[in-house]
Amino acid sequence: MSGYVETILVMLSINVILAYAAFLPLAAGQVNLGIAGLMAIGAYASSYLGAEYAVPPGPAIAIGVLISAAVSIVIAFPILRTRDIYLALATLALGECISGIIINTEALGGAAGYSVSGYVGLPWIASCAIGVCVLVFILFRTRLGLCIVSVDDDERVADLLGIHVRAVKVAAFSMGGALAGLAGGLYAHYFSFIEGQHFTVLLSVYVVLYVLLGGAKTLIGPLAGALIFTLMPELLRAGNEWRYALFALFVIAVMAIRPHGLFMPGQPPWRRLGRSGEAR
Amino acid sequence: MLLQQIVNGLLLGGVYVLVAVAFSICWGFLNFVNFSIPALFSLGGFCIWVFMQYGIGWWPSALLAVVLAAAVSCIVERFTFRFQRNAGPVVPLVSSLGFLILIENVLLALYGSEGRAVQLPLQDVNWRIDGLVISLPQLGGLLLAILLVAGFSVALKTSKLGRGVRAIAESPDTAVLLGVRINSLVPLVFLLAGVFSGLAGVLFALGYQQVSPFIGDQVALKGLSAMVLGGMGSIWGAVLGGLVIGIVEVLAIRFWSADFVKIAVYGVLLLLLIIKPSGLLGNGQTRQEKF
Repeated sequence: MSGYVETILVMLSINVILAYAAFLPLAAGQVNLGIAGLMAIGAYASSYLGAEYAVPPGPAIAIGVLISAAVSIVIAFPILRTRDIYLALATLALGECISGIIINTEALGGAAGYSVSGYVGLPWIASCAIGVCVLVFILFRTRLGLCIVSVDDDERVADLLGIHVRAVKVAAFSMGGALAGLAGGLYAHYFSFIEGQHFTVLLSVYVVLYVLLGGAKTLIGPLAGALIFTLMPELLRAGNEWRYALFALFVIAVMAIRPHGLFMPGQPPWRRLGRSGEAR
Repeated sequence: MLLQQIVNGLLLGGVYVLVAVAFSICWGFLNFVNFSIPALFSLGGFCIWVFMQYGIGWWPSALLAVVLAAAVSCIVERFTFRFQRNAGPVVPLVSSLGFLILIENVLLALYGSEGRAVQLPLQDVNWRIDGLVISLPQLGGLLLAILLVAGFSVALKTSKLGRGVRAIAESPDTAVLLGVRINSLVPLVFLLAGVFSGLAGVLFALGYQQVSPFIGDQVALKGLSAMVLGGMGSIWGAVLGGLVIGIVEVLAIRFWSADFVKIAVYGVLLLLLIIKPSGLLGNGQTRQEKF
């Protein structure tokens, strides 16, 4: 396999994990624009452990995931006081704060970036991505998955039916955070170099776009979105510097023709879109 | 010198004021965070350089750039609102992000990513009083921004058009029932957002004399923070928020470092959203139910 194909497959796997990281909170009705920040925490935590304490990549990434999840839980409580667009903006601010703090921390290399000692290859990264897909599919077969969907459909009714709305929201948010941390750890250990400037708002925005383009109400949507977002610019490589412009045209066209995303099977009630009475 | 820093902050704030007002009118009237605004900012700022390359003078170039941004904003309206009415709240958001990627990458493909110098024919553009240095393009920009906002808010209160726009903000469905022409008023909102953000880009280009296709990303996103800080949808709140963000940024650079700006600006935003989401001048009835 050529290095080019391998790099694309790695990016694809990481993007799939990121897409599900954005999907889990979205499934509970939260737009998380701070994914890049949580990803940075996973990336830096695992790299730091590897470099300073000689922890092997596997455990280092696992601890990175735990740290991302822990940070998400701690942050989730105050940040989930806000909702809807306020939550989106609060998470955006959070992501920017995290990358700002990393750039200002000398121990993490500051703006110059940080070299990673360990290495994780494509087979591991790909199996992580497949594992994440399987786990998410299983999750939405369980009671917790059903609770997440019901909170998105109607919070009040979910509350009346005895679902602990706040706990479900925090769970969805922090599971997403954990996945973002995983993606960050894998990214760091494959590319062997990370810098705070990589984890920008734009990255977070792209990740949320994967999900919305693919279809935010189906399990297959994030996967499809990540596939399209990763592969399409590569296929458009013939168009050279115009490829992102062409790609953006594609996004706009999809939204004009299929406003609910590419995938929208309508059978099970929780997959239905556009709650009645909501304009626009 | 603290006073100088505050003056600089206010002048920088003028740019943020315009962007914040652009965000604010889209949010206040359409309930929509218009992510194409940073791109329109880039477009305005970058196109002044493009037009000057063709030998057009700086002020006709500036005018053309603003007109172009406003025209593009009207195209954005078609693809974010007109074609997808009733499509759900996330769709305009995604489409406007699509335009953000599109516009910046078209500029990138046409002109490359390096920074370009916008050369003003004016020699000394600074005004000095008692050792205080005030950049005239920036001062003009700030005054223009405040004048425009004042004019806009008067027009909104008194004119028939303004009444229609406010009716849409209240309830689009009722407004349509009562005979408000929503299809001609929504483009007006986008036109104004385009003018404000394009003008902000032009003023930034004239003030700093340096542009690139991506200036909008960093600068205009701070305008978004300014809008939230002032109170979402409140126009005078956006003015206040823009000036505060300008001062916070300049002071953060003065007392810590340029890299610290991000933490300061977004830290303020994060705390504010958690503690008082209605912002400084918000009326407390911010529509939290709708996205």
